[in-house]
Amino acid sequence: MSEAAVKTKDVTPQISGAAKAADALQARLDAMTLPKGGFTAAARADALARLRDMGLPGPRDEYWRYTDPRPFNAPVPQPIPIEERAPDSPLFTDLDRLTLVFVDGAFDAASSDDLMLEGIEIDTLANADAQDSHWAADVYGKLETAGQNPVKRPFAVLNTATASDGVLIRVTGRPAKPVHIIHRRAREDADVSWHHVIRVEEGAELTLLETGMVGARSNSVIEVDLARGAKLHHITAKRAGHQKLGLSHLFARVGAEAQLKAFNLSVNGTLMRHEGVIDIVGDDAVAHIAAAVLGDGHVGPFHHDDTVFITHSAERCESRQVFKKVLKNGAEGVFQGKILVKPGAQKTDGYQISQALLLDERSQFLAKPELEIYADDVKCSHGSTTGAIDETALFYMRSRGVPYDRAIVFLVLSFLADALEEIEDETLRGQINDRLEAWLTRRAKQ
Amino acid sequence: MLKINNLHVKLEEEDKQILKGLSLEVPAGQVHAIMGPNGSGKSTLSYVLSGRDGYEITEGEATLDGESLLDMEPEERAAAGLFLAFQYPVEIPGVGNMTFLRTAVNAQRKARGEEELSSAEFLKQIREKARNLDIDAEMLKRPVNVGFSGGEKKRNEILQMAMLAPRMCIMDETDSGLDVDAMRLVADGVNALRGPDRSFLVITHYQRLLNHIQPDVVHIMSNGRIVKSGGPDLALQIEDEGYGDLLAEAG
Repeated sequence: MSEAAVKTKDVTPQISGAAKAADALQARLDAMTLPKGGFTAAARADALARLRDMGLPGPRDEYWRYTDPRPFNAPVPQPIPIEERAPDSPLFTDLDRLTLVFVDGAFDAASSDDLMLEGIEIDTLANADAQDSHWAADVYGKLETAGQNPVKRPFAVLNTATASDGVLIRVTGRPAKPVHIIHRRAREDADVSWHHVIRVEEGAELTLLETGMVGARSNSVIEVDLARGAKLHHITAKRAGHQKLGLSHLFARVGAEAQLKAFNLSVNGTLMRHEGVIDIVGDDAVAHIAAAVLGDGHVGPFHHDDTVFITHSAERCESRQVFKKVLKNGAEGVFQGKILVKPGAQKTDGYQISQALLLDERSQFLAKPELEIYADDVKCSHGSTTGAIDETALFYMRSRGVPYDRAIVFLVLSFLADALEEIEDETLRGQINDRLEAWLTRRAKQ
Repeated sequence: MLKINNLHVKLEEEDKQILKGLSLEVPAGQVHAIMGPNGSGKSTLSYVLSGRDGYEITEGEATLDGESLLDMEPEERAAAGLFLAFQYPVEIPGVGNMTFLRTAVNAQRKARGEEELSSAEFLKQIREKARNLDIDAEMLKRPVNVGFSGGEKKRNEILQMAMLAPRMCIMDETDSGLDVDAMRLVADGVNALRGPDRSFLVITHYQRLLNHIQPDVVHIMSNGRIVKSGGPDLALQIEDEGYGDLLAEAG
């Protein structure tokens, strides 16, 4: 008791706290290369100014209440050894697709397919940013900036200011195959950031896959702009080393009759946060965002945070948030999800579910579901549950001869099924399901 | 086949004795029925025999072909040849009916040191058995029991029984919630499985199921014990007169 009291007296005065924060930001920036930028130059300069104004988040920040931002504030990450061999074979390799390979966040042309596919224009940020004008200038940093209200997201601003590479995809038709971005690691201490811009024009469609291994620390932004009737399916399954720190941000603007379906699979990682900021701006649009998360504290600390903000500004739109986390051996899961229905967004159909399956008593799930509604003719529902394995179902399976470990794998897959249902394509869903099953089977004994 | 001797069981969480010295023997090839009023311990008996958590055995024993059941895990009892058809079969979203059943069949075979069934052989067998139970290909593909009607769930239980080919089948109120046609389908499925090496313990409230599945012996259970045993006529007598007189007579 008295010890705590003494400590509070030692707190450094506020004035030098602000100065310290500015120093911390400067130290973070000094450790990076700041690209001057071509077509992005204005957006980068603006981002830098915004960042100096807002500073990096601290642990007392309301929006970072459940996840400690300090490891992301540190100038450099702890190096993480490169795995000789991944325990699973790479995903989606048997599909006909256009592959783009990034090594520590930089495009590797030699390992990638030619950037040619009917119905889309593909460029890389590093290449395009040598020019002063580009179609992506209308989007780069713009959706990220719009997504800063009402909640500040400083790491996304940092990304806009400093990201040196990423893909710029403009979809004008319906390409015959998906685009697959594959991340690889080369350096143990890589502090990776990338910034994608995806613009899907009127009536056009794209499936974008993103998998692979990312650096010791990563901070990514994807800005998605969907015109009238456009469709994007974005499926990510990035593999993380056990000690990895990762932040990702999705900023989407969904136009009339457009459809966004985003699914993320996450396993491992010491500290991960995925932010999804979706503005539904056109009537009759659909936006779904879902995630399946598996965390095992057996191999080291595990903390995974999904933070989502969906704004309905138009009529007759549908949004769904489906988040499922399976946690064991002291793993921690966080969900902060909000649906904001603006005045006039009548006939909104908003749905949000966050659920955790805790496989032991040491793991925990923290959920903050929020609804804020300013229209009077809407249907919005949200639910959040935290539970253990269903003992009746477990007994049912074992009574048929299914061994305990195998029955647990079945029940975990069963728990995650609703999230996987958000992957429309059966082949892709099957492969994600197989990947989950392999991971679960491998970890069943621990 | 199944021998239960002086079995005493209480609930783990509350100090409540459910089975109070139950003894029963089901020889190979026979069908025994257990009838009894609500709360007599019939379902508890089926759960205790198949190894569900939450019960404490304070006295007595139960063996299957001389092997003690009560020390085994539920999956070990299944591999030893015990099967429980549930009163309320459990829905398992996201797990395909066929995937689940193939896993169960092969896990049992593996546990017995037998070779696993190939996909082709499994498919051949399940298609044939499903056809007899009027279960279509769509139902086989759907998640386990999800969206199934009451009758479909019970037929699915019998399909599992047919595929797993247990030696000792316990059926816990399989007739509950079934219309006459569904009951006949289920009974036909059970009758097709009858044989000299397979025994059944049929738990039911009503005599009508026993019109379709003819028992060799009928036991009346009350207050955690078997209070009377007899031939099929005993079931008819209960249907006519109720449990009252009979229980009073048994003391």
